[in-house]
Amino acid sequence: MSGSLRSQIGQLARRSVLRTLRQPAQIVPAIVFPMFLLAVNAGGLKDATSLPGFPTDSYLTFILAVPFIQGALFSVMNSGTDLARDIETGFLNRLALTPLRGAALLSGLLAGSLLLGVVQAVVYLSVGMIAGAELAAGAGGALVLIVLSVTITVAFGTIGLFAALRFGSGEAVQGLFPVFFVFLFLSAMALPLDLLTTDWFHVIASANPVTYLLEAIRSLLIEGWEIDQLALGFGIAAVIGVVGMTAASSALKTRLVRT
Amino acid sequence: MSNGSPRSGGIEVEALVREFKNGPRAVDGIDLEVAQGEIYGFLGPNGAGKSTTVLMLTTLLPPTAGTARVGGFDVVEQGPQVRATIGAALQEAALDPLLTGREHMRLQTALHGLGKREREERGNELLERVGLAYAADRKVGGYSGGMKRRLDLALALAHQPRILFLDEPTTGLDIQSRTALWEEVARLAAEDGVTVFLTTQYLEEADALANRVGIIDHGHLVAEGTPAELKAEIGRPTVEAVPREEADRERMAAILGRFGERAGSSPRGVSVRLEGGESQLAEVVRALDSEQIAIEHLQLHAPSLDDVFLAKTGRSLEGDGTDEAEPETGETEAVGAA
Repeated sequence: MSGSLRSQIGQLARRSVLRTLRQPAQIVPAIVFPMFLLAVNAGGLKDATSLPGFPTDSYLTFILAVPFIQGALFSVMNSGTDLARDIETGFLNRLALTPLRGAALLSGLLAGSLLLGVVQAVVYLSVGMIAGAELAAGAGGALVLIVLSVTITVAFGTIGLFAALRFGSGEAVQGLFPVFFVFLFLSAMALPLDLLTTDWFHVIASANPVTYLLEAIRSLLIEGWEIDQLALGFGIAAVIGVVGMTAASSALKTRLVRT
Repeated sequence: MSNGSPRSGGIEVEALVREFKNGPRAVDGIDLEVAQGEIYGFLGPNGAGKSTTVLMLTTLLPPTAGTARVGGFDVVEQGPQVRATIGAALQEAALDPLLTGREHMRLQTALHGLGKREREERGNELLERVGLAYAADRKVGGYSGGMKRRLDLALALAHQPRILFLDEPTTGLDIQSRTALWEEVARLAAEDGVTVFLTTQYLEEADALANRVGIIDHGHLVAEGTPAELKAEIGRPTVEAVPREEADRERMAAILGRFGERAGSSPRGVSVRLEGGESQLAEVVRALDSEQIAIEHLQLHAPSLDDVFLAKTGRSLEGDGTDEAEPETGETEAVGAA
């Protein structure tokens, strides 16, 4: 990576992080909302652990994987809304008039998602542990869990960037939020995949990549070091990130038609 | 690549066109030249094609046809070189409300490749120059409109451009902020030799600042010259007289009609463009006096750019807010239009 590209990424990353830190409205809901749902689900669905084949006797441990995905969904909204605002206000045109490279813009913008991802993961994990959840993979597993969570957050963030560049409107980006929540609800969110007995639901959840992201996180919480599941989770996150980044780069070329 | 040409600090435009799909020709074959160090006022109502022209000249929108060279570089073939040569403050100051003025300067200077130490020095110098040093560490969201415009100008100057594009830089500003910005723009041209391409809806702004003015209407350049030349083209001053007695208005109109054609309407008085120029004023007074018409108010108006605009386009620019909006570039291509 050339020095100028590194410098551009650094400056835009700094801006992205500053923006995130200066907008409590981005950080607080991304932490409070998933924690609220965690409390509701852990309290209301704990009898599910008595189902034959349920992998743990702690529903809190099982459902603790969900906030990590919910938090990542906030990343879609935050990264996308920030970029959409830059387009709407003309700030992107200001950047376009500099020798800025597209790769620097996209990477820099994701820095805010990365920061938010770290904060979210640490909070979710800490709250879960305090509430009595287990972490079968131990301290090393906590670190991997945070890395996985941040990877998922950044990967989802690229989708937000794509949506912003494609549609150029904050409202359009925010409109994606419920769509992504449907993906979460149609996954093995509340029960393990094996226990989803309704055929159509099982088929959809099996094809839904969110299921495997949840299972990778759960493997660290419930089972310990399940390399296959972890590799699948990291792999799916990487694919989402690569696809999202490729789509965002393409949309950026259309958006920035500077000669 | 062209460099070092005699007009390398200027702008040359030939038959420039921008057509939007399912829309009008926002810019319809304009030709213009701006010399190095000149302030060129690009005047026109909303929707005339001013901003579209600026977007093309700043490489943010490809022309449909025609050529344009900015700083000696072709805007289509040599976009990066053009961008390195120009600074631009586009319509509405595009700033991040969550960053401070100093952080904006840091970002802009860094993206232009200035070294760390140079960034700080240049940033401080420009913030000082536009009178924002005192507010440099405040978030821009709390700046007034004038402060934002001044920061916008400072950012446009971050890499010491030879050519500056200012797209309606004073729209919405109070007179004090407007005057301060005019002074800085005039100084940049006079002392630093910066070429300034300035779009405006304000006739007084073009009159006060521009060495030459181009009037654009419906995508066409309908007039061009120095403000004095354009006014001289219209030539004749206008006299406006208001009778003391309302009943004398018709008689007054008949007498003034001997000196020239009616010019616009005056609610209580009569306005006439003097065919013989301002020397006829004394004759006008004598004629009214001889008919014993008492005068409440008498005023001679020198030709203004508004008169020029009226003559060239058939309508007045001042207070004209009814024109159709300039086409959004996003209608057909996903460009963030300023």
